[in-house]
Amino acid sequence: MILDLIIVAALLIGGFFTLVGSIGLLKLDSPMKRLHAPTKAATLGVGSLLMASIVNAWAHHDGSLNEVLIMAFLFITAPITANFIAKVNIHRRDTRDPLPQPPNDDIWATLDTPPDRSDG
Amino acid sequence: MSRLLPHPLLTLLLVLVWCLLINSLSLGTVVFGALLGLLIPAATAAYWPDRPRIPRPLRLVSYILVVLWDILVANVQVAMIVLFKPNADMKSNWVTIPLDLKSPEAISILAGTITLTPGTVSADLSDDGVALLVHALDAPDPEATGNQIKDRYERRLKEIFE
Repeated sequence: MILDLIIVAALLIGGFFTLVGSIGLLKLDSPMKRLHAPTKAATLGVGSLLMASIVNAWAHHDGSLNEVLIMAFLFITAPITANFIAKVNIHRRDTRDPLPQPPNDDIWATLDTPPDRSDG
Repeated sequence: MSRLLPHPLLTLLLVLVWCLLINSLSLGTVVFGALLGLLIPAATAAYWPDRPRIPRPLRLVSYILVVLWDILVANVQVAMIVLFKPNADMKSNWVTIPLDLKSPEAISILAGTITLTPGTVSADLSDDGVALLVHALDAPDPEATGNQIKDRYERRLKEIFE
């Protein structure tokens, strides 16, 4: 009974944060700001849903822990996707706020491209 | 010893991942996992010459716990920002974080941590690898955000890796 309540709570929390992630994707108004919304859905949203799955497996079945692995793989891969989208934004000079200057008169790695060859 | 077990931590991790994949802890699974844990690091050792030394691996556990807690707290904060703060009031900002870390693996973990905690996304690395570019969703004071990240995550990673 108590375990069922925990499962329901975890499902609701997971659903809520996934929903907030989607709302953020709609509401926020610049590409870089939109990037923040999915990080919520991918961490606490999915994490909470997987937690519900683990509790359910231990309460009603043989028990299972490979959800932990899903979470671990997701936590490793999600930042890489976000990083790539951010890099594309920077590369296209599509950011609303200008980039700050890195220390030592250096340049951000994404902007360090060979000069444009207009070979149209 | 070092030829038999070039990466002791990787061996341990492989056994753990194998048991989780099979989703059982029977003797057969553990033995086969141990076999994989012995063979894979030995076969790949030549392709990863400058593997990071991890002097204090146990602190990695406390680091993960700190990050998980921060993810929880930051999720609620960002949910509030997304739901109740008008777009015009959000002070989204770029934050430059000067790095003290040298090891590429440690910098990757720091960048991943920054992205996983909602509200900040790591966007780029400076060309010479001494600064990280981070985008913050709502940071009225970028310098404070940067110092917080440095103090909370980078200091711990430095203890683990260097």
